[in-house]
Amino acid sequence: MPVNPELVGRDFPPTAPYLVGREKVREFARAVFADDPQHTDPDAAQALGYADVVAPPTFAMVIQDLTLQQLLAEPDSGIELHRLIHAEQRFAYSRPIVAGDELVATLAITQVRPFGKGAMVTSEATITDADDAHVVTATSVLLVGGDEE
Amino acid sequence: MSAHTIDSAELAVGDIVAERTVHLTRESLVRYAGASGDFNPIHYRDDIAASVGLPGVLAHGMLTMGLAAETVVPWLGDAGRILDYGVRFTRPVVVDPDAGADVTVQGKVLALDEEFVTIDLSVTAADTAVLGKARLRARRG
Repeated sequence: MPVNPELVGRDFPPTAPYLVGREKVREFARAVFADDPQHTDPDAAQALGYADVVAPPTFAMVIQDLTLQQLLAEPDSGIELHRLIHAEQRFAYSRPIVAGDELVATLAITQVRPFGKGAMVTSEATITDADDAHVVTATSVLLVGGDEE
Repeated sequence: MSAHTIDSAELAVGDIVAERTVHLTRESLVRYAGASGDFNPIHYRDDIAASVGLPGVLAHGMLTMGLAAETVVPWLGDAGRILDYGVRFTRPVVVDPDAGADVTVQGKVLALDEEFVTIDLSVTAADTAVLGKARLRARRG
């Protein structure tokens, strides 16, 4: 099944709120070799003006991933995990993610473009906080392989 | 390496602001899988990586993207200065079960004005660029 071009512009419900925990930020920081104290030490983060430890910039992917699960769960998407290659990733921040944030992501498919036997799909997650203020927009360009001969 | 801070008037295009080499092992990949929730088995199972035609178990692209950005965060001083960050995943990082893999990151000033700086991140493994157009734009003030 080819990628469904009608995914562009489709409305998706916001994801369930994700509460960012201090230990999760520390765990993620360790995993990406983020040794700056702002990611692990609340005093260092507070010295920079944040309420708690600051998540590394790519932590937003953990929240965006919830929207990619929504996309894969669409029965008519034509997108299967095993044919998917992550080609590009971008983040545009209004502010960093901080422990204590309760975040919600809203998925939009902004482009489906034919590419070889498959398609390039641009998937955007707009991530907002409990006050509905913008935190970060995470954009993935996914290369979806075509059906095998 | 440039001794210039992000707010220094001396900071110039071409300055190298940070560099490091990170040694990845299979344990690094399992740790990232757990921390991120990305349990795609091509990142920890040789048999599955081989069955889909890969040269070996690969590091998560998002792990490479993450450690690349963190190379410059101490120089930035505050990760909250970052306005945008984007990469293309051009080549995989193959992580040998014994030898692991070394990922080398160098951050260089690509453009700047009084308010903003754009850092180009050169990211290589086995002498091959693994990320393309890896760029991070940050506030200087």
